[in-house]
Amino acid sequence: MRVVVDFDLCESNAVCMQIVPEVFEVRDDDFLYILNETPGEELRDKVEEAVQRCPKQAISLAEG
Amino acid sequence: MQRIAIVGASLAGLRAAQELRRRGFTGNVRLIGADPELPYDRPPLSKQVLAGEWEPARAMLIDRKALRSDDIEISTGTAVTSLDLGGRRLSTEHESIDYDGLVIATGARPRRLPTATPAGVHELRTLADARSLVADLSDGPQTIVVVGAGFIGAEVAATCRSQGHRVTIVEVAPVPMERAVGAEMGAVMADLHRRHGVDVRLGVAVDQFVGDERVAGVELGDGSTLEADVVVVGIGVVPNTEWLEGSGLVLDNGVVCDATLLAAPGVVAAGDVARWPNLLFDETMRIEHWDNAGDQAAAAARRLLATGAEAQAFTPVPWFWSDQYDRKVQVAGRTNDADEVVVAHGAVDEGRFVALYRRGERLAGAFGMNRPRHVISSRALIAERGSFAEAIDRLTD
Ligand SMILES: Cc1cc2nc3c(=O)[nH]c(=O)nc-3n(C[C@H](O)[C@H](O)[C@H](O)COP(=O)(O)OP(=O)(O)OC[C@H]3O[C@@H](n4cnc5c(N)ncnc54)[C@H](O)[C@@H]3O)c2cc1C
Ligand code: SF4
Repeated sequence: MRVVVDFDLCESNAVCMQIVPEVFEVRDDDFLYILNETPGEELRDKVEEAVQRCPKQAISLAEG
Repeated sequence: MQRIAIVGASLAGLRAAQELRRRGFTGNVRLIGADPELPYDRPPLSKQVLAGEWEPARAMLIDRKALRSDDIEISTGTAVTSLDLGGRRLSTEHESIDYDGLVIATGARPRRLPTATPAGVHELRTLADARSLVADLSDGPQTIVVVGAGFIGAEVAATCRSQGHRVTIVEVAPVPMERAVGAEMGAVMADLHRRHGVDVRLGVAVDQFVGDERVAGVELGDGSTLEADVVVVGIGVVPNTEWLEGSGLVLDNGVVCDATLLAAPGVVAAGDVARWPNLLFDETMRIEHWDNAGDQAAAAARRLLATGAEAQAFTPVPWFWSDQYDRKVQVAGRTNDADEVVVAHGAVDEGRFVALYRRGERLAGAFGMNRPRHVISSRALIAERGSFAEAIDRLTD
């Protein structure tokens, strides 16, 4: 599983960070950073939740 | 449970269907919606779609192929007209639909003024509404009156103003967005609109529209008349529960559920239509925001699949955003019934700040302008029943 964020859509509202802080972090500069682009399967449920809860539909998952 | 019917094919309905599949439900999932379109997202309608930046099609939440691959059956353009609770059966104009489990996700629709509405008076809830409003605004700068400054009206005003239209807001309350953010932050929003050149008329009601064939103006309660080429009415929404009248479900400004979102055996509700006691705040609420619709729908779907013993109370910290001009507002928790509202970070006149809402000793809510990360951290603290003092501490720089 590979996490892909469309940074043109992302508005740094940090919803994803609250759901999976292991993967997403919005820093002081107000930009979103992906801490781990290929998180382990144990995080799949939470990452999928972040995909659905992102208000801007900016996150997607690629397999592999 | 073999057949689950979901009434309302918008955000909550779709998310409920997807969650059923994610949890391994293999029976029949049928989504039935009155709107002729496949599920689409409403927030862009008052933002990118209204601004002409997005084709309406970009607001779609899903296509037929993805629905098929999740084995979600969908009937669009189909209104459910009644529910037989005991017989577990729905009726539409053309058929009856038997179900074992039911998700009610019929959302809300715009409240209407009791006066006659000539052409050129719009509301904004559906993709069709957005198309007709965009078409009416395409003729160069026009004079627009926005009736009602809830968050949708305020966004419409901001988007129209940014497109170069002349905009007046008419609101009966003393400040815009009062219900969503309270009096103090509502005053901040009024300033924001005024600084962008919007004429903000507060504490005044609309009497009637001027014009027969097409709107020409708006008559106000104070005797004055505003000129208008286009009017947008955004005076709140009412939950779509008429089809449930007489069904035996408890209806009271929404479908009344228990703390786990169950409205009756085998029946759950979610999204703008659902009212339930949120135990985190000891308050019964109905939330009209995007994040709740999806989150609550997923919880309602899990509730339907759970046995009684597994059922969990749904206790979220509500959260919403609103984009107006270059300001991004985010609000977490409860802003009503606050004992105190304090700006705890940043400065209001810089347009980058966070205000916190206190109830007793507890942190109840947070309002942020261009400070999303701080709102999210306050949201986490609200979920932990954190104290107001600690919240102030964490945000003070
Ligand atoms: C213009 C606009 C901008 C918004 N912007 C934001 C924002 O910036 N941030 C935010 O947090 N929220 C925003 N929202 C709110 C958010 O879109 C709603 O909270 C969300 O759409 C609620 O989803 P829902 O599925 O519960 O209900 P709805 O989206 O209202 O959908 C209910 C569906 O049920 C269908 N239906 C009704 N009755 C029947 C029946 N009898 N039979 C079959 N189908 C029926 C309707 O046709 C509709 O499609 C905005 C809303 C609008 C209109
Ligand atoms: S939830 Fe979406 S919009 Fe918000 S920070 Fe994450 S990717 Fe960006």
